[in-house]
Amino acid sequence: MTTRAAASRRSLLGHSYNLVGVAAALVILAWTLVAIFAPYIIPHPIGDIVDDDYFGPMRQGLWLGSDYLGRDMLSRVLMGARYTVGISLAAVSIACFSGVVLGMIAAVTGGWLDTCLSRFLDAMNSIPSKLFGLVVVAAVGSSIPVLILTLAVIYIPGAYRFARALAVNINTMDFITVARVRGESTAYLIGSEILPNIIRPVLADFGLRFVFIVLLLSGLSFLGLGLQPPLADWGALVRENIGGLPFAAPAVIVPSLAIASLTISVNLLIDNLPQKIRDRDA
Amino acid sequence: MTSGVLNLVLKRLAIALVTLLIVLFAVFFATSMLPGDTASILLGQAATPEAVAGLREAMHLNDPAILRFLRWLLGLLHGDLGTSYANEMPVAALIGGRFVNTMKLAGITTLISVPLALTLGITAAMLRGSLYDRIVTVLSIGVISVPEFMVATLSVLLFAVYLKWLPALSSVNEAHSLTDLVRIYAMPVITLTFVISAQMIRMTRAAVIETLSTPYVEMALLKGASRGRMVLRHALPNALGPIVNAVALSLSYLVGGVIIVETIFNYPGIAKLMVDAVATRDLPLIQSCAMIFCLGYLFLITAADIVAIMSNPRLR
Repeated sequence: MTTRAAASRRSLLGHSYNLVGVAAALVILAWTLVAIFAPYIIPHPIGDIVDDDYFGPMRQGLWLGSDYLGRDMLSRVLMGARYTVGISLAAVSIACFSGVVLGMIAAVTGGWLDTCLSRFLDAMNSIPSKLFGLVVVAAVGSSIPVLILTLAVIYIPGAYRFARALAVNINTMDFITVARVRGESTAYLIGSEILPNIIRPVLADFGLRFVFIVLLLSGLSFLGLGLQPPLADWGALVRENIGGLPFAAPAVIVPSLAIASLTISVNLLIDNLPQKIRDRDA
Repeated sequence: MTSGVLNLVLKRLAIALVTLLIVLFAVFFATSMLPGDTASILLGQAATPEAVAGLREAMHLNDPAILRFLRWLLGLLHGDLGTSYANEMPVAALIGGRFVNTMKLAGITTLISVPLALTLGITAAMLRGSLYDRIVTVLSIGVISVPEFMVATLSVLLFAVYLKWLPALSSVNEAHSLTDLVRIYAMPVITLTFVISAQMIRMTRAAVIETLSTPYVEMALLKGASRGRMVLRHALPNALGPIVNAVALSLSYLVGGVIIVETIFNYPGIAKLMVDAVATRDLPLIQSCAMIFCLGYLFLITAADIVAIMSNPRLR
């Protein structure tokens, strides 16, 4: 990538860090802190109408303008970070944990379990993600636990496929055969022999999948099928303020930029992870 | 084509068929998980228990799920998509015109985005490392990293708000002349083209770069072939398989894309119909729309896989 060549490198804690990577990590850290401390730092309660005008412009006191009801946009975006980051993180954790564990089990066990699991999850993968979300929301309604589970289920097949492909390679190594001959259990094999050898690519995959989930969650919320009012994540904020589009109101632009800043940062961070961390043996 | 390739292709088709059954079952199962009894919802609160029981009997709601699934499947084979709950019209009639609209949108987008993306992807790979390549790469990563609705809102801001070239909403029924038609389709097609092309450019570029790094292309360079000849004559024929594969895979992003684009631009297509059906919980309509999308998606990814198999010269 161009950025890697252009960015200067500096040494910190024994690793060379890439400037773009550091900047991306800082953006992610900032959004994480906002997500945790949002209720303490918002200037106005999110439900309060503080502006006489709707779709107000940016001005002192209302740094990001006001939304379609005259509520403070800055507060709403800060609180939206909680839902977008929180739900996506929960979903990606469930998806990657289940996918990776199943993938490793399938690779180690092989046989019919592997075949059935792979065939079934491949079929799941053939359902377009947005459509799956639509159908589930139509069937059981939309709430935070349903959203987390749906998003997790949609991305389990991908995590499974990725982890299984990695684990199958490790599974042919001599030390696995030795461990098998020693009579170790499957749990030991996947936990102590395979996982340490695939953990770094799995973590990079975790980041990418987080981006997919943020995008899908925002997409669903934008369609009105994600978080329901009065709760609002970034996608829902864009939806409720879409009426401000013809006036180019900050209320519709800022939440979009928030999503973009988060997803682009995660992508850049993964691209620019220090080589040493990626290559060092576990 | 030898029997090896034929076998692989047939195997892939069989897998697609099995997948289709699983997908159909998943769609049916998910939509019949709806809490609340369909019969009492249809009849309203004033219905007597006898009337509800009668309707349940008439709609075969008392049968086990697997029987209802088979009956639904049989209906599908006869072209019977069921009747919409919301307005009592046959689903097939509701979908018909909408389906044509969506196919028009998808078709125009494909016609524009495929040549565009292939040109950009191949030239970026040829000029790898140049400023042009960097701009194309960064832009396509940017488009992939943001949600589709953001691409849509930004294009509305640019073309409809600042430049005032195009209207923000489409209404197919008001098309009287060619210029009307262009104005109606422009915004949705531009948005979809961005989303689809970004994927296609990245995959095409990667495929061509991989071929360009093979020994026989280096050989062509060493024997003094020009850069254009090296790419067009030596590299491209071998990269064709991966490129067609990339095109089919990218087109499957149309499925997700149209759902957002039809909603945001109020385009009267099948995706808009489905999103509205979700809002009114009109199950037969959701089932049929979901099925059409799954079919399209499955068709494209199966086509991508089969192209990948056929283009592998080692199997020929």
